[in-house]
This record gives sequence, C-alpha cells and structure tokens, in this order.
Amino acid sequence: MPFQSTVSDYQTVATLETFGFLPPMTQEEIYDQIAYIIAQGWSPVIEHVHPTGCMQTYWSYWKLPFFGEKDLNLIVSELEACHRAYPDHHVRIIGYDAYTQSQGTAFVVFQGR
Amino acid sequence: MSKKYDAGVKEYRDTYWTPEYVPLDTDLLACFKCTGQEGVPKEEVAAAVAAESSTGTWSTVWSELLTDLEFYKGRCYRIEDVPGDPEAFYAFIAYPLDLFEEGSITNVLTSLVGNVFGFKALRHLRLEDIRFPIAFIKTCGGPPNGIVVERDRLNKYGRPLLGCTIKPKLGLSGKNYGRVVYECLRGGLDLTKDDENINSQPFQRWRERFEFVAEAVKLAQRETGEVKGHYLNCTANTPEELYERAEFAKELDMPIIMHDYITGGFTANTGLANWCRKNGMLLHIHRAMHAVIDRHPKHGIHFRVLAKCLRLSGGDQLHTGTVVGKLEGDRQTTLGYIDNLRESFVPEDRSRGNFFDQDWGSMPGVFAVASGGIHVWHMPALLAIFGDDSCLQFGGGTHGHPWGSAAGAAANRVALEACVKARNAGREIEKESRDILMEAAKHSPELAIALETWKEIKFEFDTVDKLDVQG
Repeated sequence: MPFQSTVSDYQTVATLETFGFLPPMTQEEIYDQIAYIIAQGWSPVIEHVHPTGCMQTYWSYWKLPFFGEKDLNLIVSELEACHRAYPDHHVRIIGYDAYTQSQGTAFVVFQGR
Repeated sequence: MSKKYDAGVKEYRDTYWTPEYVPLDTDLLACFKCTGQEGVPKEEVAAAVAAESSTGTWSTVWSELLTDLEFYKGRCYRIEDVPGDPEAFYAFIAYPLDLFEEGSITNVLTSLVGNVFGFKALRHLRLEDIRFPIAFIKTCGGPPNGIVVERDRLNKYGRPLLGCTIKPKLGLSGKNYGRVVYECLRGGLDLTKDDENINSQPFQRWRERFEFVAEAVKLAQRETGEVKGHYLNCTANTPEELYERAEFAKELDMPIIMHDYITGGFTANTGLANWCRKNGMLLHIHRAMHAVIDRHPKHGIHFRVLAKCLRLSGGDQLHTGTVVGKLEGDRQTTLGYIDNLRESFVPEDRSRGNFFDQDWGSMPGVFAVASGGIHVWHMPALLAIFGDDSCLQFGGGTHGHPWGSAAGAAANRVALEACVKARNAGREIEKESRDILMEAAKHSPELAIALETWKEIKFEFDTVDKLDVQG
C-alpha cells in the first residue's frame, strides 16, 4: 500500500481544556466526577459563559460557589438549572480548593452553541 | 572565657565531634554518607567533614582566638550505620545559620560541597540531604510563580500538564522548528520545549527560533481555544545574553522561558528567577549534568539536595526523571524529592530517602517534570506516580506517531484525560491500565495507532543508585 494512503489527516479541533479530548460524558460519568470533587473536600462552583467569551479568565458565576455542599443531587440540579437558564452558554463545574486557593479540577459539562 | 594559644595539630574530633549537641531550629543540618580511608576512626572522619566544610583547617591557628569559634563551628552530632554497607556511615552535621549569606544557595554549596570532597582521609563522600531551616528559607526568593499561579496563567486544572520536546533536537532551521511546535500544540499539547542543547547555534540562531515559535504558539492558541506555551531556552554563554533572550521572549508575549540550572550555575539561575518574578514570566528548569553529580551511590550530591536547592534558587518546573522511562530513577526516592518540590511540609521518611523533616513555610511549589523515553502505555503509571501537579513530556512518543506530531499529541492527550477520568471515578489505573487505554482508543484512532506503535517498548534496567535498605 502506498505510504500516503496509510496516513490520516489530523484536523485541529477547538476544545475546552480538561476532558476536551474525550467524547461527551454520560450522566452517570458526570455524577462520578462530581462525587470525586465532593470526596476531595472541594467546594463545587458552577460557571457559565457565551462561547465567544470562553477564553476569558472569568466566566459568570451561577449563584455563588456552593461552599461545603456535599449533596450530589443538589449540584446536579443546579447544573441543569444553569443550563436551562443559559441554553446557549458553556457551563462548567469547578472543584474549588480553598486551602491552595486553586481549582482542584474544572471541566465543561454542557457545551453552548 | 578567654583561651590560651596552643600551636600544633589537634585531632578534628576533639573540636568537631559533639554527640551531646542538640541541633537548633535555626541550624542548617546536613547528612553525608562517608567512606573513610582504612584505619581512620568514624568519629575522626565525620569530624573532619564538619570541620573542613565550616570553620576548621588542618592546623590550629592563632587567629582562631580572635573570634568565638564555638559560635561558628559546624558540629557532627550523630553517626549512623548505612544499612547493607559495612564500610560507609552517615554523618549528621549541624551548621550555625550565620555561616551562610542570606538567600545564597551558591554560598551554601560552596561551603558544604567545597574542599571537603577532595579531602584525602575520605575515599568517598556523598551529600545525601540538607535540612534548610525556615529562617534561611525565608531569605530565598524561591519559585518566581509556583504551581498555583502557573495553573491560573495557563488555565489548566485537575490534570497534569502535557508537553513534549521538539525533535530532532539539533539541526532544524527556525522556520522548520516552529512548524513542529505548531503541530504539537494544535494536536492538544499544552506546552512544548526547547531541547537543552538548543541555545543559539549556526543552524538556528535564537532570535530566529523565538520569532517563529511565538507565531506557532499564538496560532495554535487561536485555533484550539486553549492556552499554549513553549519553553524558550534562554540559557546562554553570559548573563547579559541570558537576560537579552529573556527580554525578547517577554516582548513576544510568551508565557514561559527555560534555563539549565546546573550548567548555567546557581548564581545565574537565581538572577533569572528574580527577573521572572519581576516580569511575570514562568520558568522551566532543565538539569543537564545532574547525573554526573548525583548518580554514584557513594560520591557526589543526591538529587534530592539539588532539587531542594532549585526550589530555593527559583524555578516553576523541574525535571525529576520518570521512574518508568529510559532514564535512571527509583520510585520511592523520586516520590521523596517531588514531595520536597511541591509540599509545604515534608516529614522525615527514610523509606523515601528523606533524612529530615523539612518545613518550606509559604514557599510556592514547583511542578515535577517527567520526561525521557516515555510513551502512551506509561500514562497510567505516570499519573499514579506523579499526580496532577506534574508535567508529562513525550518527545519520541509524540513525534514518532505514524501520522505525525499532531496526531501523536492528540493520542497522548486522549490517554491522559482517560486516565484522569478513570482515576476520579475510583478505578485503579495502574492495575486496569490496559482496559482504560483500550476503551479510550475506541473513540480515538490516533490513540489506537499509538498503542499499536509502542506496544513492545520497555526500559527495564536495574537502578544504579538505590535507597540504602537492608537487603
């Protein structure tokens, strides 16, 4: 077989940082990741932005950070509420670590259009 | 109380072996592994090391009496056997804080690993560890930015950073080099790196490289929507050249530069770290020449000491070996010194090679960089060993992909994210590594090809420098 036909063309994709290279997660997989955030002792934070602003440092908070919240179902329902209120926005969840003042993790749950 | 001058030669141990001494919190403590010449008592060897690395010389001198040497002398306060080695022993030495210039790693090393290493009464000598007192640490600048600030600048959270060194490491023109950078970054890497021996050679002068690389970084950033960077190696022949290159990187709006801290030297490194702190520039640190100094188990300086010295001198990322790749490095030892790069307190733990409690206070942490002969099959082990605050760099494992560097980069990024996702979901990533990677490859033809390409490559050689444990 000639060499050229064995090589595929790699197309650049626009991605949204952590987990941007994985296929969209199922609901159960998202639950697992939120459970991890809670188990680490981090505070869940929900943020959203219109896709045109996705490279901004600051996205809009949904309400306030959910400091000390341990209820997985509540976080899931808040994520959905944010998505309903801003259906065309990216919505991400952050595990905020007050000890390091950093984000233990952050990834986009709903992609806007 | 005044003393009389008594000329002559005294045994070192009369003055410098003080087993009753209780070290002060402000003392700088060192652990040396000593192998003396036959017939010389351990106490005499240990005391000689304490003396020759602090205030002593071979003869009594009258001018000692002009000062209070009891205040300034180093003291050997403990001797321990080395497990499994009948001829060597550990000497623990306490040095008063005032023996050292504030903030000067250069000064600490000139004292501790200066003349004493050539001392005839010793066959071998190795500096195993230093406990820096917090009082000294507070006088050092440390990492110009640190892990937290670097994450915020690069917008990378919840996973290791992903990088690679541009290959071939020598011989590309500036424009060709920038092309390879662009391919890697558009494929999903966060950072690319100049090889350490790329400085400013005839085939590619530094300014040429900087300009093309800057264009590649900016283009990849625009196209992917993610923050990208390239470690522009500023290591140069003179400090003036070093700063000129750093300034130009800043002018090009690049986020990170690079320095080789052992060949470049601690003075140059500390100066550059200060420049980075002033100019909001991240600093990646390479460690060429380290294995000359740290690999022999009985002579030289252990890398944990060189790593601690770098954290104090300044750097935001430091190469630490990979454990699993082509270069030397034992797992427990590596964990011991990456703790000392990243944590604010590291307890004594001989099973990790840490001889002292080490309090870092508020000094920022340094990313551990794993680079050298690693490929996609190593990903689960690398994540398990190094954790999130690391930078994993695949050179051959990116450019060697049959479809090119962009596809190689994508394969590594998919593998990394699949491992992080699996770990967070509670899976045992080392045990289930094969399943995790094969599942991820179902959605990524780039990863599937990478797994096929590197399936048989292993680097299984025994470590030369092992932890001292009873065999």
